[in-house]
Amino acid sequence: MNQRIALVGFGMHPFGRHPVSGMAQGVAAAKEALRDAGTEWPAMQFAVGGSVAAGNADAIVAELGLTGVPFINVVNGCATGGSALGTAVHMIASGAHDVGLVVGFDDHPKGAFNPPPSAFGLPDWYGETGLMLTTQFFGFKIQRYLHDYEIPAKLLRTISAKAFRNGALNDNAWRRKPLTEDEIGASTMLADPLTQYMFCSPGSGAVAMVVCRAEIAHRFTSQPILLQACELRSRRFGTFEVFSPWLFPDRTDSVSTDASLAAFESAGIAPADVDVVQLQDTDTGAEMMHLAECGFCQHGEQTELIASGATEIGGTLPVNTDGGCLANGEPIGASGLRQVYEIALQLRGRAGARQVPGTPRIGFTHVYGAPGISCCTVLTT
Amino acid sequence: MTSPDSPAPDRPAIAEGLFFRLGSEPALRGAECAECGCVTFPYQNSCPRCTASAMSELPLPRTGRLWSWTVQGFPPKSPPYASDIPFGPYGVGYIDLGVVLVESRLTEHRPSLLRIGMPMEVVTIAWGDRVSFAFAPVEENR
Repeated sequence: MNQRIALVGFGMHPFGRHPVSGMAQGVAAAKEALRDAGTEWPAMQFAVGGSVAAGNADAIVAELGLTGVPFINVVNGCATGGSALGTAVHMIASGAHDVGLVVGFDDHPKGAFNPPPSAFGLPDWYGETGLMLTTQFFGFKIQRYLHDYEIPAKLLRTISAKAFRNGALNDNAWRRKPLTEDEIGASTMLADPLTQYMFCSPGSGAVAMVVCRAEIAHRFTSQPILLQACELRSRRFGTFEVFSPWLFPDRTDSVSTDASLAAFESAGIAPADVDVVQLQDTDTGAEMMHLAECGFCQHGEQTELIASGATEIGGTLPVNTDGGCLANGEPIGASGLRQVYEIALQLRGRAGARQVPGTPRIGFTHVYGAPGISCCTVLTT
Repeated sequence: MTSPDSPAPDRPAIAEGLFFRLGSEPALRGAECAECGCVTFPYQNSCPRCTASAMSELPLPRTGRLWSWTVQGFPPKSPPYASDIPFGPYGVGYIDLGVVLVESRLTEHRPSLLRIGMPMEVVTIAWGDRVSFAFAPVEENR
């Protein structure tokens, strides 16, 4: 990145199901981020916000104040939060502005997402006959992956148990009750081999952050987080993605691999340097596969890596220390920003009961979702 | 009430141009790129690999092998799901037809009877007053 970017204030509304609207949660998160940065809404030179199901993000100006600020709404599937942050980065890097607010919130109905096929350029019969479910994609992908790399299916339970254990340490998480591997395995089978407690649920929540040129970060905080890279990619020909009526016989690297490689290259940092990681865990299989797709291990090495405890909070490669999507749910507009929020908390040493030991200095976040997009960030102290 | 797995050759297809009917046997209707040979399903007008716009229709092979599978264990939301029979778990999978892998409902939903690599063939299934397609284990019909 030519222009160094800093994140200087963070706010979150707890994830889960709440009596307040997603938009009201967005307002709460925005106010908290401004407070955390020791600044006020009128000081924001721009704002970028995203929400898929809870209204236009820029409607929050009615609560925050009608200051005339240029406010851009971003809707970009599961990468909505990451795309909002990326847009803010470009607005600062272009020299147009020095400081602004990024906000993401959402509030989804209970149950699996059910977008109209036409929204994804797909024919109606694909939805009518019961093929258009994200849960099926994750079932297909992990089923084949376990087969190809001879990974035991019980590893899916181990990953899930970690998520809920970490969520229990997180006051902002939705699911805060630890579950045993047996309870996870015995829950309702939703998409073989994935059970109910191996999937995250659409929910509500909000995250906001104040973003500025790194040179002026000291005006806002003594603990700025540097955004070393924020890279968004869409699927290339030959990848296997959600909502695919057909696949090309010769497959290529996933969009997650493309986005993570771009982020590491842009930051000049390697996966081995990373101290704390956030990976998209729509389901436990996704966390397992994304470990390899994002370069943290070779395909098939997960069995040993996870069994060794490496991905636990006290391990060598802590993954989803806040419980990830599994424990927090997936309010799409906020989800990618939640990952950045958690890494910032860890790098600032403010993660409390779930603080990664030592002094973590480098973090990584990865979002994946429909229609085959991924956004990755690299963050440092 | 109709079974989703009962053949119904006389009814219209769930979408025009989704498959050919060769006598009683269906074949999915794909598109083949004249420039690079890429095969898509369903038919589309331009090539997602080489970006050329010279696609011609192609009856896809009727048999292939199961590349991956899962079982839909909960009722999909309506819309977009539109079925006139009570929900029961159903199998879904990708079938490797050589030139392309297609996603499809399966006539089998019991995990113990599904395995990666098993041979399958395309069949028609009743879908309300129309006809859709599915893949069936070859052993079932021989």
